[in-house]
Amino acid sequence: MTEMVYGAAPLRTAEPILSRWWRTVDKWSLSCVLMLFGVGLLLGLAASPPLAERNGLEPFYYVQRQAFFGLLGLIALVLASMMGPVLVRRLSVLGFIVAFVALAMLPFFGTDFGKGAVRWYSMGFASLQPSEFLKPLFVIACAWLMAAGQELGGPPGRVYSFALMVAIVAMLALQPDFGQACLVLFGWGVMWFVGGAPMFLLMALAGVVVFFGTVAYNASEHFARRIDGFLSPEVDPNTQLGYATNAIREGGFFGVGVGEGQVKWSLPDAHTDFIIAVAAEEYGLILVGAIITLYMVVVVRSMIRLMRERDPFIRLAGTGLAAIFGVQAMINMGVAVRLLPAKGMTLPFVSYGGSSVIAAGIGVGMLLAFTRTRPQGEIGDLLRSRRR
Amino acid sequence: MIRTPLRPLARILEARERGENPDAIERENLRLRHEEMRDRLRQRAESRLLVMAVMFFCGFLVVGARMGVLAASEASEPRAYAGGASIRASRSDIVDRQGRLLATNMSTHSLYAHPHQMIDPTRAARELAQIFPDLKEADLIEDFTGKRKFLWVKRKISPEQMQQVHDIGEPGLLFGPREMRLYPNGRLAAHVLGGARFGREGVNAAELVGTAGIEKHLDELLRDPARGGAPLELSIDLSVQAVAEEVMEGGMKLLNAKGAASVLMDVHTGEIISIVSLPDFDPNDRPRPPVTGRQSDSPIFNRAVQGVYELGSTFKIFAAAQAMELGLAAPETMIDANPPFVVGGHRIGEFHNKNYGDLTLEEVIINSSNRGTGRVALQIGKERQQQFLRSLGLFDPVPLEMVEARGGQPLLPRDWTDLSTVTISYGHGLSTTPLHLAAAYAALGNGGRAVRPTLLRQSAPQQGARVMSERTARNALDMLRKVVTEGTASMGDVPGYSVGGKTGTADKPKENGGGYYEDKVIATFASVFPTNNPRYALVVTLDEPVETSGSEPRRTAGWTAVPVASTLISRIAPLLGLRPEVEQGQAERVLRVSSQ
Repeated sequence: MTEMVYGAAPLRTAEPILSRWWRTVDKWSLSCVLMLFGVGLLLGLAASPPLAERNGLEPFYYVQRQAFFGLLGLIALVLASMMGPVLVRRLSVLGFIVAFVALAMLPFFGTDFGKGAVRWYSMGFASLQPSEFLKPLFVIACAWLMAAGQELGGPPGRVYSFALMVAIVAMLALQPDFGQACLVLFGWGVMWFVGGAPMFLLMALAGVVVFFGTVAYNASEHFARRIDGFLSPEVDPNTQLGYATNAIREGGFFGVGVGEGQVKWSLPDAHTDFIIAVAAEEYGLILVGAIITLYMVVVVRSMIRLMRERDPFIRLAGTGLAAIFGVQAMINMGVAVRLLPAKGMTLPFVSYGGSSVIAAGIGVGMLLAFTRTRPQGEIGDLLRSRRR
Repeated sequence: MIRTPLRPLARILEARERGENPDAIERENLRLRHEEMRDRLRQRAESRLLVMAVMFFCGFLVVGARMGVLAASEASEPRAYAGGASIRASRSDIVDRQGRLLATNMSTHSLYAHPHQMIDPTRAARELAQIFPDLKEADLIEDFTGKRKFLWVKRKISPEQMQQVHDIGEPGLLFGPREMRLYPNGRLAAHVLGGARFGREGVNAAELVGTAGIEKHLDELLRDPARGGAPLELSIDLSVQAVAEEVMEGGMKLLNAKGAASVLMDVHTGEIISIVSLPDFDPNDRPRPPVTGRQSDSPIFNRAVQGVYELGSTFKIFAAAQAMELGLAAPETMIDANPPFVVGGHRIGEFHNKNYGDLTLEEVIINSSNRGTGRVALQIGKERQQQFLRSLGLFDPVPLEMVEARGGQPLLPRDWTDLSTVTISYGHGLSTTPLHLAAAYAALGNGGRAVRPTLLRQSAPQQGARVMSERTARNALDMLRKVVTEGTASMGDVPGYSVGGKTGTADKPKENGGGYYEDKVIATFASVFPTNNPRYALVVTLDEPVETSGSEPRRTAGWTAVPVASTLISRIAPLLGLRPEVEQGQAERVLRVSSQ
């Protein structure tokens, strides 16, 4: 047969990277994320001019900044999603070590920007929040440990990952940043659950969470006031929550109109934690519903795709990433509609914030890398069933 | 559990026969087992992933639905919100037994500052210092130009001051509504009411918290929103209280006493109709507890409830009553009151070293004989005496509805010897409050049933435990009546009201121990009136009184506490609605004249 191929074009052994990426990537999730980013820019146009005005900058300064960081985030997203699972794992574990050390060094080199919690490194032109990057990388590292723990004769991966989780949660709680601590705890819990945690241990974990919640409620007046404020049917209209609730009401189904919203002038966090209120006021329930649907599609579709996945590492890592992405969005919106107690948390891709958008890009990029279509040994199954 | 071997012997032997490596079989088995485990885990993960996906789906759905509900509801104008739902500013009024106001709330304003909103802090400070002379301009300037974003300037301001501050025109000076506690009668019943202060404060409201007296004791009740603003009815009668304070104040000044206390109590219901402790204070501006000197000299000290004193011969009637109750003596039984009477190495003497000889039990009380009472007490014995005094409530603090009552713990002798039995029978060695004494005398008036004093209005008489028979109580009252008609309290008779009572003059013990003062006494008159149909018990106590109209200063209760008490009874009896008993013959004569 040799002569038949002589002089012909050399045979390609593999598909080009881009075309393979495009063929295997989950295009639904990808488009949803792109749309979310677009929505973020649109809302930035609405929500950030008051902030720019307060800081004496030109009206769309923060929109431009966000577009720049968003572009970086998108590049990170595409790059990450092009990588294979093994490469993702290697880079992430390295990155995790760096981020972990950065988090541990915060008390010595970090700044608090006068907000009372030391969460940032000041880089001059921008600030960096290590915990934002740590979250997705932590998920990958934990998934690796847990998957290794499932091998026969493997290391006790779950115990190691548990210790890591406790260390990170403790560091975050000391900053204090209870929101991120909860996210890390939740992400680990989901991975543990999907990775085959025994039922009674899950119950015990739930019991411990309830117990510490009660203790915190009784011990800290600050904490108790937040919960009481949440439980009481009355909303103080002069709090952020009151403004947010009223903004959603004002918006109704179709919104008050582009640029007509008022809430962004009174809410200091209108461009970050309460951006959904700005969306609801100016564009109404339609846009809010669309945003919720976009998040839901990304999370639920990723999980459904991961159900087919046979590799335990990929399955766990993907689940963890999808869970923290989804839960962060859910908490942010849940606070604005008073389903959850007040807790500062950004809406991934939509809220303003450099660290936030780049970290979200990396996280979702890795998620897309894990949900790519790849052979799952179906042929092996067929052969095996034939043999029997 | 059945263990499947990794190296099944049959296959190993077969392989060996065929000349194959048996390790391959083990590896094969391991691989199969591993695959099986992975499949199991995957299946479990699949179902759990489905659970997660459904949960997230539902979660987002809930958020969306809630958004929809909110969007569909009507937007409301932001309302003025009573800052901090946890602060309840309401507090019930307190009224007397006839519904007259004793304590109420008044709307006023507090003044606070937002220095960052100020236009001209220096001018604001200067003008404020002019309006409120107690504020220093320099301090205010420092506060207003410092870093603080919020500070209280004044807790309570009057409407005039508010207008003046308003006229400064400074946007950084703000007013917050306040409810303040007001005692419209000033010093009247000050010790009963106590006082109130602000508790937790917000800009829009502040808690009113009781600091003393009934305001503190019933703080929870008064602040309970479930009362719906219903006032708290006290047993105090405002007019009687006013008269009692006036008479006591007059008596105290006239007799140069440094303090005075009186308790008027309904013998059947236990209601305290009036309770006076002088010197007193204005609860609207309650003085701070003194940091130097003795607490018991401060105006906020309640002598009637907190002050424990040796109340002297007023205790003698208890020994006599118990002797009659036990059948040891009848009123006409002869008692040996001759000297010498030595107990535990101590010689018991009489007032002015008198010698009464033999006396009937009745005469022992009428003449207030220490030796007579002491001999009776020795007959009764230590245990029975303790048990009887305890049943009269003289060993424990009175459970009255004011916080200070807990401080009125009687002082008992550390070891109760025969000498204690004797001295306590005439009121020395056991210190109680005037309130204790009033409650014990009320039991005599209540036909021998114990009465628990209360400050709350009652609708029915108390059915307390029986401490003595009705006959004994009757006999004791007759003796008390005779003390007034024939004995030491002869100035205590008020025509028409049949007062019965017993005097008590106790030397004051020195503060730092070691005996008694020669010239300082606690003079007490404990009484029940009218004795033929007892309604009220009254105790009047004067601290260090002295009567100087005679050639030498007189300090006995008969010259001090008794006249004050009789004045008091003559003024309050009509207010209490008691009918004077006019003698039959005179009344008929009056009738005859008018008919002719």
